[in-house]
Amino acid sequence: MGLLGSDNSAALRHVFLASLRRRRLATALSLLAIALGVALGLAVQLIHTAALDELDRGMRLLSGEADLQVVGPRSGFDDALYARIALHPAVAAASPLLEIQARLPGRDETLRVFGIDLFRVAQVTPSLLPVAETAETKTDDAPESSDADRPDRLAALQPDAVFLSPAAATRLGLDAGDEVAVQVGLGEARLRVAGSVPGAGVGQVLAVMDIAGAQETFDRIGRLTRIDLRLAPGIERGSVPKQLRTLLPPGVTLLTPEETASEVTGVSRAYRVNLTMLAAIALLTGGFLVFSTQWLAVVRRRREFAFLRALGLDRGSLRRGLLAEGALLGVVGGVIGVILAYLLTALAFSLIGGDLGAGFFRGVAPQMRVEPLLTLAYLALGVLAGVAGTWLPAREAAQMVPARGLRAGDEAEVYQARPRWGAALIALILAALLCLLPPVGGVPVSGYLAVALILVGAVLAIPGATVGAMRLLPARGSLVTRLARARLAAAPGQAVVAGVGVVASVALAVSMAIMVDSFRDSLDDWLTRMLPADLYLRASDSGASGYLDPDAVARVAALPGVAAVRPVRFESLRIGEVREAIALIARPVQDTSGLPLVAGTLDPPDGPGTDPPTWISEALADRLDLGVGDPLALPIGEQLQIFRVVGIWRDYARQQGAAVIELATFRALTGDRRTNDLGLTLAPKADPVQVMTAIRATLGDRVSEMILPGELRGMILQVFDRTFLATYLMLAVAVTIGLFGIGTTFAALASSRRKEFGILRHLGLPRCRIGALLALEAALTAAVGVGVGLVAGGAIALILIEVINPQSFHWSMDMQLPFGLLLVFGSAMILLAALAARLAGRQAMRQDAVLAVREDW
Amino acid sequence: MRAWLALVLMLGWPISSVAASDFATVVEGRSLAFPADTGAHPDFRTEWWYITGWLTDETGSERGFQVTFFRVGTGIGADNPSRFAPRQLILAHAAIADPAAGALIHAERIERALDPVAGAAVGRTRAWIGDWELVLEEEGTQYRTRIRSDAFDLDLALAPPGPPLLNGREGFSQKTPDPSNASYYYSRPQLAVDGRIRIERADLKVSGHAWLDHEWSSEIMPAEARGWDWIGINLHDGGSLMAFRMRTDDGSPLWAAATLQEGTAPARILVPEQVRLLPRRRWQSPRTGAEYPVEWTLEIEGRTLRLEPLMDDQELDGRRSTGVVYWEGAVRVYDDEREIGRGYLEMTGYAQRPDNL
Repeated sequence: MGLLGSDNSAALRHVFLASLRRRRLATALSLLAIALGVALGLAVQLIHTAALDELDRGMRLLSGEADLQVVGPRSGFDDALYARIALHPAVAAASPLLEIQARLPGRDETLRVFGIDLFRVAQVTPSLLPVAETAETKTDDAPESSDADRPDRLAALQPDAVFLSPAAATRLGLDAGDEVAVQVGLGEARLRVAGSVPGAGVGQVLAVMDIAGAQETFDRIGRLTRIDLRLAPGIERGSVPKQLRTLLPPGVTLLTPEETASEVTGVSRAYRVNLTMLAAIALLTGGFLVFSTQWLAVVRRRREFAFLRALGLDRGSLRRGLLAEGALLGVVGGVIGVILAYLLTALAFSLIGGDLGAGFFRGVAPQMRVEPLLTLAYLALGVLAGVAGTWLPAREAAQMVPARGLRAGDEAEVYQARPRWGAALIALILAALLCLLPPVGGVPVSGYLAVALILVGAVLAIPGATVGAMRLLPARGSLVTRLARARLAAAPGQAVVAGVGVVASVALAVSMAIMVDSFRDSLDDWLTRMLPADLYLRASDSGASGYLDPDAVARVAALPGVAAVRPVRFESLRIGEVREAIALIARPVQDTSGLPLVAGTLDPPDGPGTDPPTWISEALADRLDLGVGDPLALPIGEQLQIFRVVGIWRDYARQQGAAVIELATFRALTGDRRTNDLGLTLAPKADPVQVMTAIRATLGDRVSEMILPGELRGMILQVFDRTFLATYLMLAVAVTIGLFGIGTTFAALASSRRKEFGILRHLGLPRCRIGALLALEAALTAAVGVGVGLVAGGAIALILIEVINPQSFHWSMDMQLPFGLLLVFGSAMILLAALAARLAGRQAMRQDAVLAVREDW
Repeated sequence: MRAWLALVLMLGWPISSVAASDFATVVEGRSLAFPADTGAHPDFRTEWWYITGWLTDETGSERGFQVTFFRVGTGIGADNPSRFAPRQLILAHAAIADPAAGALIHAERIERALDPVAGAAVGRTRAWIGDWELVLEEEGTQYRTRIRSDAFDLDLALAPPGPPLLNGREGFSQKTPDPSNASYYYSRPQLAVDGRIRIERADLKVSGHAWLDHEWSSEIMPAEARGWDWIGINLHDGGSLMAFRMRTDDGSPLWAAATLQEGTAPARILVPEQVRLLPRRRWQSPRTGAEYPVEWTLEIEGRTLRLEPLMDDQELDGRRSTGVVYWEGAVRVYDDEREIGRGYLEMTGYAQRPDNL
């Protein structure tokens, strides 16, 4: 075996690798930590790679051979633009599209319907071509009898003909000839399934119909949502967008299909990165644990190593042997992790789909695939964690002087850790500086680095903190207390070894607890502000085909028990500086309290000559670098209107940014009088259930949805808790690993201190007092670890709340310290540590005192 | 008359979802007025402007060409206010028969009428899809057509020497023994062509003679018609000859007719009994396996003429796009060994049904 560089490699392999087998519990824990880190990290990557691939495939399929796409707000743009674009000399082919999320009444589902021009789509997006099912009977005057059974391709031009992708047909259980009802406003239109869209592939749930039919059916005459372009050959790509852009009205823009796709992936990226970071932290904890166990093993096997060295084993071989131990742990843990990751991924796909519960990838059915590169990368990370954890212990072992190592009682030397305040301070200052840096490509890289540095600083601070803490303990007290204090003050390295896992896991647990608690509190508060009405009514999801017309709103307002109604219109806008569409919310603002402002006012001064007010979300303020008082031009109704930013509000719902304007302003600019959501204020004694029944009777049961704000709030918080459930579970694992770490550490310490305990027994200390000594030492170590962990956790929470969240999601939250929870958690950790040490040390204490002392002679 | 079936085949669908009663009917006795009737007639179901002819470049090389614009009323979306409402479809077909290439070079487009992207104007000939167009210029003295495709471009001016030549009974052209199968049909023979063509990289100045057919109607061909054979010949004496015959499934003639103008004499309309088209030599397409009679004997009023193609392979193989296969090619007409005219021959209904290929 070349690794040991020696002929008697079998013997050496036995010495090194087999020692792992002897320390079963410690080895198992290290393996578990590494395996979990690898499994979680790889699973997150696998799930997202698959989901993104499917999403990307869908995007490519739906954009076909398009070089560029003209896109506008959600409600689309004037279709007069189409002819101007189609006839531009740089354009070889232009394909107009009207995309509609059609709500299917009575099915509680929406269907993505593409209105297409049959003759144009073939040139740019052939995968969307509809194919008519063979017409059932053609007994009439077919011009050529032999052609009578050919599909009637004019069928694709019929205004009520809809063509379903295979996935949509399966999902809806519809066949050619069936009818399907779609919702338009509060009404229903009937479409006939005339065939399929075979090119759409298996993963895409969509429908295709003629563009004129779609405009007519969905009451969208004169509107397009997209024009796909193929550029003429030989046209220089660079200058074309600029030429074409001059044709576009405000709010309509030109994107490449890749840019359109990245709008979706961009939104989910922050979420992905955060999950990956959690996995990285698990891996880091694993590394710490390897460090703990290997360090202890090195201490215990000190004489063994000294003996080997005396027999002629050179320094390098010793170090390589130990590193091989670590690498083996890494490999085995990594392999277990990889297997676990694939199992987890399969489970996730079958249980919650590809979006990990975050709702980013709806309408996509990804398939799990083997990703060799990714798998190898995570396996390598596992090995790295194992080797890195062994690095310091191996160096320590290699530097030992054999003659001294052979002497008894030398172990204590290993625990002679010096306080490293300087290094800790540097780490913390660096962390603070890193927090000032901006994110890289929307990912708070420096924030995560700062978190890592704080962890490093915390670990470096343990010896100093231990010494300091022991000084603070009263010098008087029982014998056991004094013994424990003396031991820890003299050998703070012991605390480092035992406490590293505790510090890391406590710091992470505490920081997440603080962050999640703050987030939940802020979210709860936000929901209360955003949902001031007594009852909410809508015809469909705001992106789908249902809406309330003024007449319906008036009818609802006139119902008995309804005191007031507050209509909201949702739209999306494209403004030059931000690639993704931002949300526009048009609603009455000034006479309500429903905006969680962080700056500005709900009631701006209103004078002649002032621009209409807008309240923008933190995300938008961040992205456009806007403050209260700044002007903001919004393209509404295909013209630019200058607004005045009068307030900035917190928004947990729309990462891409949102602007609120008065409904009256919106209606004046667009003439659009539709309503998406209607908030109802009920009369003081009105029964919500009765009002809901009355509304159903008025509007129709199949075409409206209602919800009480309490229910909605409960639902949202439930989703929130579920999202963070994964986080809690991982933290529980990390904490358990930390505790086990203390247990194994003290078990090892106990066996290496048998002589010391033997002497204490000889001096008359009863066995139970020695147990108490061990427990106390563990408790003190854990207390120091928990204390340092609490402080570090608080600092990390601060970074999470003030740096990482605003940078990844552009939202703020109010920091909230869950004192009670932290107190209980900290005490529990200390008690559990004491218990673990006591249990672990039992074996050592059971030994005969005489034998224990004699061993040294 | 010609493109009846070609159109049906080209579209690849039977236009049977719409009743003929949705459209205006062709009746005998309506007199055609020009230039108004050179424009589109959207009340009728189908209409086409069909140009075929011979071109000679400066080196003396001869080629055939074809430019066709179809308008099809769908009967769909009559009351839909959408600008995309597919009330009318416009189709265009262009081809060059170049003996050097050995086969037709062709291109096609299809679009719903949507001003200004594609359409067929009323009042004066103007049909277009994007940058493809056929226009009768304002003074009425010449047509212009422009076609641009990957394989070739056409940019031609076509000047008619005289007024339109009415086919059938004053422009009422009967197609079968049943007079309800009829169209309005006039031709413009002896168009003097001048312009440029591009084939691959070669940009050529060309001149020659061409033929324009303009025909519109609503009534679909009877089910028993299998296909037809049509010719439009510019005679070297300045006259012209149009003749067609409709075939049944077994290949026997269902109907035939001709319009013959000799020299400067007035045109004469020939009845079915005066027109016979007899196949002479057959050629089998290596692509589709279809067998076409590429040489013909033509018996007109007892005179026997012979038709020979510019090249055998002038089959239009649209299986990959429109699913249509037919033969449309340049031909010479001989009286004994003397060439007396040049024109185009169209043969449809010889290929297998595209579905079976």
